[in-house]
Amino acid sequence: MKILVPVKRVVDYNVKVRVKADGTGVDIANVKMSMNPFDEIAVEEAVRLKEAGIATEVVAVSCGVAACQETIRAAMAIGADRGILVESDAELQPLAVAKLLKALCDKEQPTVVICGKQAIDDDSNQTGQMLAALMGWPQATFASKVLLADAGGQMRATVMREIDGGLETLEIKLPAVITTDLRLNEPRYATLPNIMKAKKKPLDTVKPADLGVDVAPRLATLKVAEPPKRSAGVRVADVAQLVDKLKNEAKVI
Amino acid sequence: MIRDQETLTALLDTLSRFVRERLVPAEPLVAETDEIPAEIVAEMRELGLFGLCIPEEFGGLGLTMEEEVLVAFEIARTSPAFRSLIGTNNGIGSQGLIVDGTPEQKAYYLPKLASGELIASFALTEPGSGSDAASLRTTARRDGDHYILNGTKRFITNAPEAGVYTVMARTNPEDKGAGGVTAFIVEKGTPGLSLGKIDKKMGQKGAHTSDVILEDCRVPAANIIGGKEGVGFKTAMKVLDKGRLHIAAICVGAAERMLDDALSYAMERRQFGKPIAEFQLIQAMLADSKAEIYAARSMILDAARRRDKGEKISTEASCCKLFASEMCGRVADRAVQIHGGAGYVSEYAIERFYRDVRLFRIYEGTTQIQQLVIARNMIRDAQG
Ligand SMILES: Cc1cc2nc3c(=O)[nH]c(=O)nc-3n(C[C@H](O)[C@H](O)[C@H](O)COP(=O)(O)OP(=O)(O)OC[C@H]3O[C@@H](n4cnc5c(N)ncnc54)[C@H](O)[C@@H]3O)c2cc1C
Repeated sequence: MKILVPVKRVVDYNVKVRVKADGTGVDIANVKMSMNPFDEIAVEEAVRLKEAGIATEVVAVSCGVAACQETIRAAMAIGADRGILVESDAELQPLAVAKLLKALCDKEQPTVVICGKQAIDDDSNQTGQMLAALMGWPQATFASKVLLADAGGQMRATVMREIDGGLETLEIKLPAVITTDLRLNEPRYATLPNIMKAKKKPLDTVKPADLGVDVAPRLATLKVAEPPKRSAGVRVADVAQLVDKLKNEAKVI
Repeated sequence: MIRDQETLTALLDTLSRFVRERLVPAEPLVAETDEIPAEIVAEMRELGLFGLCIPEEFGGLGLTMEEEVLVAFEIARTSPAFRSLIGTNNGIGSQGLIVDGTPEQKAYYLPKLASGELIASFALTEPGSGSDAASLRTTARRDGDHYILNGTKRFITNAPEAGVYTVMARTNPEDKGAGGVTAFIVEKGTPGLSLGKIDKKMGQKGAHTSDVILEDCRVPAANIIGGKEGVGFKTAMKVLDKGRLHIAAICVGAAERMLDDALSYAMERRQFGKPIAEFQLIQAMLADSKAEIYAARSMILDAARRRDKGEKISTEASCCKLFASEMCGRVADRAVQIHGGAGYVSEYAIERFYRDVRLFRIYEGTTQIQQLVIARNMIRDAQG
């Protein structure tokens, strides 16, 4: 069983993001970049499935600039077997990425695609769902537990999902798309020897045109702005005053 | 000589994350219990930290000197006790074997040291010989295809944890100097080998030293490093500059951590109506520390790169060890001063670091010994 894991290069979660002065986007010059944390969870899950003898191959895919290679290498250091970089300098929106991934799924024929539920840069939460739709595959999003099993010749996934107010368990036929939530697993630290070995694993590069995909943006960003500064708090004397302020000043109760 | 910048960056990132997320939070526990929790030791093994400086063919990472000091800058940003545990396998406990060991010795020991399955100690210092190490009195008398070792070794790092000891002993009683000394591999459990009580140190709780006592300890002749008598000191000298650069780099990492702590404290703590960081006398301490750390970092990187190119850097390595360890002491002192009373109580890490880093000016050659080496080399070079 082959598992495809898309991984996105994003601004590191420890970095305090700054908006460019002209409001066209965020400043990523000289900023530390890392793998999207949800994708790290996806890689970890895929590698665990391989270590458990359920999967046979884990392929990491990244779409974007040449430096996304580093993100693929990071996935390989955790345990992915090989990588594919879809290299493009264009702004890649979720639909474009989903189309690129579809083209790769047609070629690679994975049994499961495990991806992060969203990326911490744009928080779109769309790519996995769009890919499932384009492929005509079932999807299970926000997974907090994944079990894959053969049920009478048909591979199935039992996926526990985090939904408002509780957990939902779905059973879906494979091939399918699964997206990961925070509590699915705790990704390991790549070991230093595995980081060195990752350098020797195969990494192919293709261009969107090779896959016949038009990645032109469908959405235009009008403006990016900082959230408003939090204003100073006030100290209230007692509960009665607090309730009064919430009711009459903040008008929230 | 960084072989591949991208891989090295990934390695340093992983290490710095491990230090930040796993080691720093465990510092108070390690200090309190005088022990590194077993699960953290296991994680350090898993991560590959015991084999940083062991060649790749034996399961290590085979870091170049420049890569090694960059790694040391990172790992030193937490309690030195963690570094101490991996220090001997990466340093003098394995390097002698790497430069002069027989093929059989390398094939047997190095993979076990790289994985951390086995911990190595290096036993040179004795009650009567420290700085004047070449005067050591432990004896090794030949007896058939064995040697009989007698003597006491003092302050031996990781002795309680070690599975194997490199013991420096005098095989030639006629030669009272370095030429009479041979390096032996002595395994734990060898009859006649015992340990003293664990030393009660000023700092670095969680890292252990003790005496290593040899009483008619029979060691096979095949356990002489490199198989030749009388070259033990030469072997040790070959890796001396490496150890000195490593410790110098550790001083930089520790100083950076202490300065970070001092800076955060200075920006938070308010007196006379403003953060103390706004007072120029505090700023002077911050700035002097920053500049000295930068100087040490730069000289260490320069010396490391030159060593990788094959240059002889004995003088430079001593300059680095001398400057970086003294710098680290000054930064520790200023960082306590910036913390005021809080720097004198154990709630803040700086009280512990102040004691921990005191060691750096003493072992791997005291400050005075580095001064002697530097000046002696200067005079020798000038004489041509
Ligand atoms: C925590 C710890 C861990 C250690 N780990 C190890 C280990 O793993 N293996 C090992 O073999 N050793 C180890 N040592 C020993 C360490 O290397 C020695 O303590 C060090 O070399 C100094 O020797 P000494 O203590 O005998 O001091 P001495 O040599 O007695 O020095 C005392 C003072 O005299 C000065 N001095 C000595 N000679 C001269 C001179 N010619 N000119 C001017 N000043 C001089 C010194 O600089 C020092 O200030 C460790 C020590 C400690 C404290």
